[in-house]
Amino acid sequence: MFSEFLQYLFTGITIGATYALIALGFTLIYNASHVINFAQGEFLMIGGMATVSLTSMGVPMILAVVLAVLLAGILGIALQRFAIAPAKQADVVTLIIITIGASIFIRGLAQLIWGKEYHVMANFSSDEPIQVFGAVLNSQSLWVLGIGAVLVVGLVLFFTRTLIGKAILATSMNKEAARLVGIRTQMVLMLAFMVSALLGSVAGIVVAPITFTSYDIGIILGLKGFVAAAIGGLGSGVGAVVGGLALGVVEAMAAGYLSSDYKDAVAFSMILLVLFFLPRGLFGAKVVERV
Amino acid sequence: MLNRFLQLRLRGLIVLAIILLCLPAFLSNPFHYDLATQMAIIAATVVGLNLLVGFAGQISLGHAGFFGLGAYFTGIMTGTYGWPAVPALIVGAIVVGFIAWVVGRPILRLKGHYLSMATLAVGFIIAIILNNERAITGGPDGMPVPALDLFGWELSSFGQYSLFGLEIEGFLAWYLFASLILLLAVWFAQNLIESPIGRALRSVHGSEVAARVVGVDTAKYKSLVFVISAVYASLMGSLYAHFQGFITPAVASFEFSIVLITMVVLGGMGSTFGVILGAVVLKLLPQVLADFQELETVMFGAILMLTMIFMPKGLLPTLTAVVSKKFEKKLEKKAGGAS
Repeated sequence: MFSEFLQYLFTGITIGATYALIALGFTLIYNASHVINFAQGEFLMIGGMATVSLTSMGVPMILAVVLAVLLAGILGIALQRFAIAPAKQADVVTLIIITIGASIFIRGLAQLIWGKEYHVMANFSSDEPIQVFGAVLNSQSLWVLGIGAVLVVGLVLFFTRTLIGKAILATSMNKEAARLVGIRTQMVLMLAFMVSALLGSVAGIVVAPITFTSYDIGIILGLKGFVAAAIGGLGSGVGAVVGGLALGVVEAMAAGYLSSDYKDAVAFSMILLVLFFLPRGLFGAKVVERV
Repeated sequence: MLNRFLQLRLRGLIVLAIILLCLPAFLSNPFHYDLATQMAIIAATVVGLNLLVGFAGQISLGHAGFFGLGAYFTGIMTGTYGWPAVPALIVGAIVVGFIAWVVGRPILRLKGHYLSMATLAVGFIIAIILNNERAITGGPDGMPVPALDLFGWELSSFGQYSLFGLEIEGFLAWYLFASLILLLAVWFAQNLIESPIGRALRSVHGSEVAARVVGVDTAKYKSLVFVISAVYASLMGSLYAHFQGFITPAVASFEFSIVLITMVVLGGMGSTFGVILGAVVLKLLPQVLADFQELETVMFGAILMLTMIFMPKGLLPTLTAVVSKKFEKKLEKKAGGAS
């Protein structure tokens, strides 16, 4: 009984940590530019796919990871520079369609380069599962959680301790005021997209050995990250982490105890329930709207 | 005379009717007719969605859910339970309208990204149910749907009909029927927009708070238009099911929801004829790009992005703005030359 519960919990926390990282990426971009980036999932895909293909070409793992993350970062900058920035004051829906167009474009490129097959990545360390109170823990789960935690702490330090981080925060609060005190907001926006792409690609790399990877994994993972971000309250970093973990655990429990066919339905019902009672998510800021 | 015609409120409808009637001259085989009929049905769906997105300014990323519900309701009632098509279509629309009303009331309190998230969730839940209730829906494999039976008169792409003494093929008959439906859908939408309800909706789009201040019951109108657009989707889903003769959960998928909203935005939010153009372009594009095979997805994404970046108001409003600007310049020149 207990071991079963523990098993579902492990699964839930592992996948939840991935959702949290994707949600953090959404949050970052949303905060800086009030755009929901529907191409967020593609950063994950790029991270995983590039690492797999580079290692299979004989590039050492560490170098492959660095190159894959760099590639995603460049993609993030390009997305902001060439697709979001030129649209300037477009409608919310128009921006959504632009990022959807971008995600289709990136997915198409990935399909051209890497084909439609599933790719398998080896675990970072041993394939030997760890036994905990009768439940089995994949060693890769520890990597996901560890790297996830490092990234979250790093992000917090980045925003509170570095000038660039503070500049992003300032831009998110008031773009005009930030520009007045000498912050180059255009640079900051590009940076936000880049950091968000870095986060996404790292999430994609650490989770690839567990979920496999293919050119189209970005759609569903991106959506789950979006759900997690909205549950937490768009724009809240804590909310993104809590929302991601909660979504992962609830999903794993639902798959285990109810029905695995309906595990996605549980995730989407959860977002409806949260929004019905807390229209701004769990940690969303109460914003007074000026008319 | 021409001027009077141009001022007519229904001129767009007349132009559309003429285009629809002349189109068969350019359609040469059943495949073309199949595409044109699908286009008409989907365009009518998008005209309904535009009432919600373009006029009331409320985003829906789950509209395929209602389209799918309509399609499956018809499929199950006529196929499994042997209902006649017309009652199945109407009861389906009522049921879907009711569902939209129930979920719409709490959802429409949300704004912007939260609303898009919630509608996306509703669409997803519908698609997941259709996928998993294999006993009723056939699951991912889909289910067959009988031909459309209009009061004992069966409309099928494979039939032969005589109309006013003319022998016509089944696919042409379906095309004409779908065109008629599209015209009705546009006519209803245009009347709604010009009615007091339409004015109330546009005030909600402008500023919801201001609308409420002047006494518009915004919650009521928002759920009303949500229900109307869902009923549009349900009816068109039912027709689509009969036309195709076979449905899979793809009719309710997230991808299809995205296609529908993209048609609205691409064509031009708030412009009824713009969104029809959007539907035509987006339905034709994959056919044109199919020649590029592997590059198809990349090009589709690129075209989508570029159009939205450079024409954020959508195709038709941008084009008409360009044309009328040129026209004005010409008039100015003429006036300048005369004086």
